[in-house]
Amino acid sequence: MLRYRWWLTSVALWLLGCGGPYPQSTFAPRSDFARASDVLFRDIFWWAVVVFIVLETLLLFAIIRFRHREGRAEPKPTHGHTILEIAWTLAPAVILVFVAVPTVRTIFTTAGDVPPDALKVEVVGHQWWWEYKYPDLGITTANEMHVPVGKSVQVAITSADVIHSFWAPVLGGKRDAIPGRVNYIAFRADSTGDYSGQCAEFCGASHGNMRLRVLVDRDSAFQAWVDDEKAAPALPPKASLAEQGKTVYSRSACIGCHTIQGVSPGIIGPNLTHVGSRTTIAAGLFPNDSAHLARWIADAPSLKPGALMTRMQPPLTDADIAALVAYLQSLK
Amino acid sequence: MKSWLTTTDHKRIGLLYFWTAFGFFLIGGIEALVIRAQLAQPNGHLVSAETYNQLFTMHGTTMVFLALMPLSASFFNYIIPLQIGARDVAFPRLNAFSYWVFLCGGLFLNASWVTGPLFHAGILNVAPDAGWFGYANLTERQFSPGPNIDFWLLGLQILGISSLAAGFNFIVTILNLRAPGMKMMRLPTFTWMALITQFLIITAFPVITVALVFLMFDRFFGTHFYVHEAGATPLLWQHLFWLFGHPEVYILILPAMGIVSEVLPTFSRKPLFGYPVVVYSGILIGFMGWGVWSHHMFAVGLGPIADSVFAATTMLIAVPTGVKIFNWIATLWGGAIRGTTALHFAVGFIAMFIIGGLSGVTHASPPADLQQTDTYYVVAHIHYVLFGGTIMGLFAGIYYWWPKMTGRLLSEALGKWHFWLQFVGMNLAFFPMHFIGLLGMPRRIYTYGPELGVSDLNLVSTVGAFLIGLAILVFLFNMWWTSRRGRPASNDPWGGATLEWSIPSPPPVYNFSVIPTVAGRLPRWRTERHEPIQDPPAVPPAPIHVPGGSWWPLVAALGLPVMALAALTQTMWVVFVGVALLLFGIYRWAFEPFEV
Repeated sequence: MLRYRWWLTSVALWLLGCGGPYPQSTFAPRSDFARASDVLFRDIFWWAVVVFIVLETLLLFAIIRFRHREGRAEPKPTHGHTILEIAWTLAPAVILVFVAVPTVRTIFTTAGDVPPDALKVEVVGHQWWWEYKYPDLGITTANEMHVPVGKSVQVAITSADVIHSFWAPVLGGKRDAIPGRVNYIAFRADSTGDYSGQCAEFCGASHGNMRLRVLVDRDSAFQAWVDDEKAAPALPPKASLAEQGKTVYSRSACIGCHTIQGVSPGIIGPNLTHVGSRTTIAAGLFPNDSAHLARWIADAPSLKPGALMTRMQPPLTDADIAALVAYLQSLK
Repeated sequence: MKSWLTTTDHKRIGLLYFWTAFGFFLIGGIEALVIRAQLAQPNGHLVSAETYNQLFTMHGTTMVFLALMPLSASFFNYIIPLQIGARDVAFPRLNAFSYWVFLCGGLFLNASWVTGPLFHAGILNVAPDAGWFGYANLTERQFSPGPNIDFWLLGLQILGISSLAAGFNFIVTILNLRAPGMKMMRLPTFTWMALITQFLIITAFPVITVALVFLMFDRFFGTHFYVHEAGATPLLWQHLFWLFGHPEVYILILPAMGIVSEVLPTFSRKPLFGYPVVVYSGILIGFMGWGVWSHHMFAVGLGPIADSVFAATTMLIAVPTGVKIFNWIATLWGGAIRGTTALHFAVGFIAMFIIGGLSGVTHASPPADLQQTDTYYVVAHIHYVLFGGTIMGLFAGIYYWWPKMTGRLLSEALGKWHFWLQFVGMNLAFFPMHFIGLLGMPRRIYTYGPELGVSDLNLVSTVGAFLIGLAILVFLFNMWWTSRRGRPASNDPWGGATLEWSIPSPPPVYNFSVIPTVAGRLPRWRTERHEPIQDPPAVPPAPIHVPGGSWWPLVAALGLPVMALAALTQTMWVVFVGVALLLFGIYRWAFEPFEV
């Protein structure tokens, strides 16, 4: 138990302060929502430390001090003590009041209410990726959410299949994505950055591979991203590899599931209209580079167990895949 | 062999429960070790995602339903009739039926590991894989087409029957078969906590049964209890499951609290401090356990009012729990403490349960819990409660009652090794999980990236898990060694206050040669109010009728897995075989000449 106290105090103090190398640390809040949770947690944590020290000290003292020794008289058969019983019923109750009051206050301040000009983002969980829609901006994208810094954002969360849970720890607590139901969280990010998160509710084979990113941009960068997303997809130059790729895409099964504006209307998989501008693929699993794209197209389930994008039958040739990769990368 | 298959003796059934449950405990432990080996380093690939999901599902299901509950049941069976001065339980054949149903259910669930080929799949392919909590709608046929979930829901239905039958049996036993003079407020604390547990079982298991029947109808008959497209909601499952699931937590912990409340007084040579308060707080915990289920669902979005109410009720439950802890410490206070292995485990229980309780308070607060739920922080919490709590408590009971149950003492030296290895192991395994979770690692993920920064903590946790494995090996060796070389136990190796210590170890088949008359709460101790009672004579003064064995509980129990097999293979005629077996067994059982 001594080892414990060492852990609790030194490690906790060290961890509570820093979040640098921990991209999903709940100790490094970067929004009002995450900060509220963090403050509340620290409050309760220190109460817990006090209670822990009191109880474990009493316990340790008792088992050391009252060890049986030869020759010591048999103990008095005490059966109880009414005043003591009342005291240690009231003491935890009083401490809990100090926990309950800030708890209820924080529940209401983090209930998801936002000013009317908040940016609205709809999140749809899919097995095993995230779809993001910006209803006021007419944008649909996947896995990487962009939001402006310092502005209220309301996230409306639902699911297209099973229950998921949307969680970007540094921006706030998780909310479940439940089919047939919309849940809300609201946050105002206070610093720019590329924040990672992942699905927190077990949702099947690749639950562990259902990651996400939230990119908090400066206003101008966010506006530039919005303008890019709203633009029509880039047309590959004539006779380029990318153009061949577009042909392969248009005659393959890809079009059944994916949307590329003006090319295909599929809605089962992620929207690929501007896939070239994303930094990662496969729900945050891999960097968006030629090698990973090629492996992903060739055999997605080997990279992400259970992925619905099965191996193409008949398989695509290496040349086809290279062309497809070039085309997808051109979709900035 | 025949005498074990047909036995209706509560002591033999207790031993059967013990060995079966301990076997499942080892299986569940091996599953845990594979899980920890997979997570020892980032991007681990010891097992596939699909196998991992089966492993954590079966680990949870096994530990809750096949290890911890039946290990408690083993003590209920063996100890309660002895503590209340009875010859057996109220319904000995129903007791045998409970055991056989439990065995069938456990084997049925675990058969899923190896029966893949029957379903055109590989071995290790059709075990349940949606978590021990089995959230709808992932468990619907649409998302889980294989037999995995069928194994789970049918297995749990079978196990529920076992728990319910045992629950009614023990309630009647405790209320009706008490020795003369043993008023309710003279019941040993373990029996009291067991009684509360049985009431929780008979009220909570019907809820999960209903939930499972809905799921069964959804999967087999195309109903839509959990399908939102048909106007229902998958949240119905979560409400039903946790309405069962939270009382279930108390079903798991109350027996261990009862054991600790027996062990501490015996080894500090002092009566339990505040006995009535400990009993009433147990009852209060049982009641309040029904009003907190939505704290498992703070991320579901029930709205600020519901969240506030459930936060308050959850915090409130910390009060009676805290009262128990104070009373245990006060029991030790001023005692003459003998540091036996049983006492080590009982004190370990208190020390670890404090941590589990305190982390519980941190996620009673919804805004804080939104960062904690479904992360390793909660994994840490439940293992401090269920491993640091229940398993420590159960081991206290094992070391305490082993001499009574087997007639031999376990080695105290090996016992200390066992305790310290397990104590250090569990803290290494589970304490870092608090940080792993708060640093952003969700639970139930089969792998994680190195960029999360939790690789070292996970490695420490894995080392701790294997230390626990080593501790259990020491215990296995202790059991084996002392079964051959152990010191024979006297009637009362510890100087206990309760009736089980007044008779030989192991007790004769009739338990008490003369049913004792009890005058106080601590019948075998001298108190200011009464002298210790006389132990019953070694030879019964009059012949005692002992009921013989019966085959029919076993036959009836076998009908249930046959019916489950029918559902699993979708073959109608097998259903009738199962029903016929069950009815035949019950019919013969009902008309069998059998006197208690």
